Amino acid sequence: MSSFWSIWITVLTLGTLIGCYFLLRWCLTNFAGVEEGESMGHSFDGIEELNNPMPKWWSTFFLITIIWGFGYLLMYPGLGNWKGLFGWQSSNQGILTLAESKERTLSNLKKDSGVLNQYDREVAAANAKYGPIFKAYAARTIEDLASDKKALKVGQRLFIQNCAQCHGSDARGSTGFPNLADNAWLYGGSPATIEETILKGRKSHGMMAWSTALGGEQGVKEVAAYVLSLSGRKLKPEQVALVEVGKPRFAMCMGCHGVDGKGSAAMGIKLGAPNLTDNTWLYGGSVRRVEESIRNGRAGIMPAWENILGKEKVHVISAYVYSLSHAK
Amino acid sequence: MSQTNMSAVDYNFDVVRQFTVMTVIWGLVGTLVGVLIAAQLIWPALNFDTPWLTYSRLRPLHTNAVIFAFGTSALFATSYYVVQRTCKTALFGGKLVAFTFWGWQAIILSAIITLPMGYTTSKEYAELEWPIDIAIAVVWVCYAIVFFGTLAKRKTSHIYVANWFYGAFIITIAVLHIGNSMAIPVSMMKSYSIYSGATDAMMQWWYGHNAVGFLLTAGFLGMMYYFVPKQAERPVYSYRLSIVHFWALISLYIWAGPHHLHYTALPDWTQSVGMVMSIVLFLPSWGGMINGIMTLSGAWHKLRNDPILRFLIVSLSFYGMSTFEGPMMAIKSVNALSHYTDWTIGHVHSGALGWVAMVSIGAMYHMIPLLFNQGRMYSIKLINTHFWIHTAGIILYIVAMWISGVMQGLMWRATNTDGTLTYSFIESVTASHPFYIMRFLGGVLVVAGFVIMLYNMIKTIRAADGSLQPIEAV
Repeated sequence: MSSFWSIWITVLTLGTLIGCYFLLRWCLTNFAGVEEGESMGHSFDGIEELNNPMPKWWSTFFLITIIWGFGYLLMYPGLGNWKGLFGWQSSNQGILTLAESKERTLSNLKKDSGVLNQYDREVAAANAKYGPIFKAYAARTIEDLASDKKALKVGQRLFIQNCAQCHGSDARGSTGFPNLADNAWLYGGSPATIEETILKGRKSHGMMAWSTALGGEQGVKEVAAYVLSLSGRKLKPEQVALVEVGKPRFAMCMGCHGVDGKGSAAMGIKLGAPNLTDNTWLYGGSVRRVEESIRNGRAGIMPAWENILGKEKVHVISAYVYSLSHAK
Repeated sequence: MSQTNMSAVDYNFDVVRQFTVMTVIWGLVGTLVGVLIAAQLIWPALNFDTPWLTYSRLRPLHTNAVIFAFGTSALFATSYYVVQRTCKTALFGGKLVAFTFWGWQAIILSAIITLPMGYTTSKEYAELEWPIDIAIAVVWVCYAIVFFGTLAKRKTSHIYVANWFYGAFIITIAVLHIGNSMAIPVSMMKSYSIYSGATDAMMQWWYGHNAVGFLLTAGFLGMMYYFVPKQAERPVYSYRLSIVHFWALISLYIWAGPHHLHYTALPDWTQSVGMVMSIVLFLPSWGGMINGIMTLSGAWHKLRNDPILRFLIVSLSFYGMSTFEGPMMAIKSVNALSHYTDWTIGHVHSGALGWVAMVSIGAMYHMIPLLFNQGRMYSIKLINTHFWIHTAGIILYIVAMWISGVMQGLMWRATNTDGTLTYSFIESVTASHPFYIMRFLGGVLVVAGFVIMLYNMIKTIRAADGSLQPIEAV
């Protein structure tokens, strides 16, 4: 901040504390012109006030807190640009970019930096303590970790802290969030693909809203009936009649879901278009939900975790996720 | 005792009567909504899948109802009562006086309608949208004109200490409300704050904490400085303590807001200054408690027979407890444990139910008979029942929240040997479940107390003039 604001803050802050000190000193003297313990001589609706001194312990404690306040502001940042003698800071102050933050962290952690950055120190201490555990895990393959009970426990904890919000504590997902335990994969289920999904995230190319292209509601119903028939669903008689009409219309869907409707992953393409023949439904498999998906389209996003958790932890989570559908 | 005083000056007690009755009604409404949302935390189905019954919309209704409907009506009632009697003059302002009553009730009504409908600025304790904010500012300025106009035409040489606190509360709330609510409207019921990012957060907690400091502390200290000596019939303990704690309290409180934003994007210097001022504030806060409780010295026996005095004195004990707890929670390292947990909720309620509600209830029980030409409340026994029910309710409530809060704080920071967190968030929610039931029961007791109070008030108002005679202490 500019030196004007720095001085402004310093003067107001110290002024308040110094003001409190002089106020206390003034009230410690008997300025009222009345004997101590006597009435002040005015009465308000029958209420009088006595001129008693403040309790001594109270004045003493008040004075101690004021002195402590000066001490704290000397040692810690508070008075404008004054950094405090301890050089303490909670985290990097006033940074604008991630690069600047990383650079600052590197210099903070140097022995002679004079900066005691609490966040950086805690992260460095945690990395020093737990880093070797994850480094050892990172050196092993995902298949290997998937048969190591201890590693899976670690992976599960990380999963519950970071992934369960969307995929559920049991990893079985919910509407719009894939079930990770059923071996049905939008982007492929090999260990390397799972790890890539977590590290980089996924942005589904999005299913467009087909209502207009299909010529309205009737078209939506026909395609829905055909799609439901792909997974061998038992359909109502009025839907069975629609299946054959819907079949040629499904040509529009083949670009992403494949000629046979087995999805983009089966074709080895990373579009995120689900397999429609396996009776696993990301957005719900009822007639109403499938029609809704066709009518309005769908799109899902999985965030990238590389910068948040780091490669080594993602490796362990990948092993946990892989193990869910490859139980030994 | 004061019947003779009342006839001496032609005081305007109409508005005091109106605000007093509404205080009791809003007290019941506000706590009832609180109990409903406490129940929703145990049985989520209680929102009946109805948008306007969801926790997110009823929670601001609860806080607005207890702070601005119940608490502020109590402050209007008592400040109008106290300023007249201690200045020996009727209220200044003519029709403005009635306007503050009807205006304030209209604002409360608009909050009751718009908050469940989902209109919100999303600023805590300042959720009301801009047209209502403007109405609040207008009514508040009228309130200031009435109050300070009355002070200006006082027939006494000095201004009594209760009025210092009321005056500080009225001025500061105007500044805070206008400062924090600055927004750019985009439609009749939608606006965006003119502040952004960390600045907005700082403005919000400068406002939020001083709503606590000036409305819920300074305002109610004004109440305490009249009703405690009056009910105890004792002189105020120390005039000099009044001076030092008044000036120190109002000059330190205004700095304390940043302690709500420890370890956030707020710059470190702001957090430090907020923490230092919060801790230096501890003794000035206690000055009010000492002055109130020491006023009773030599008259402790009165507590045995007078449940109204018991309300007032126990309120001061809760005040002392929460003004010790507050500075402690403002310390960064303590805050790192307590922040975002139920401990904060417990702290707020020991202040709101213990201090604010109890001192108001005591003041109402003191005023109601005097305002409605009676010698006493309809039933002293029911006041006593109310006292014990209310006290038991608060204790259940805050003990539940202390345990739950500290437990949450410890669970959230517990780590395994591999550095991962020991508990998932949902595990801490599950662990809090029994304490939510305990808190709910505490809330039910508080509501039951308000029902008793409402009944007692109606019976007192409805009794024939002068038919309720004071009973001599047994």
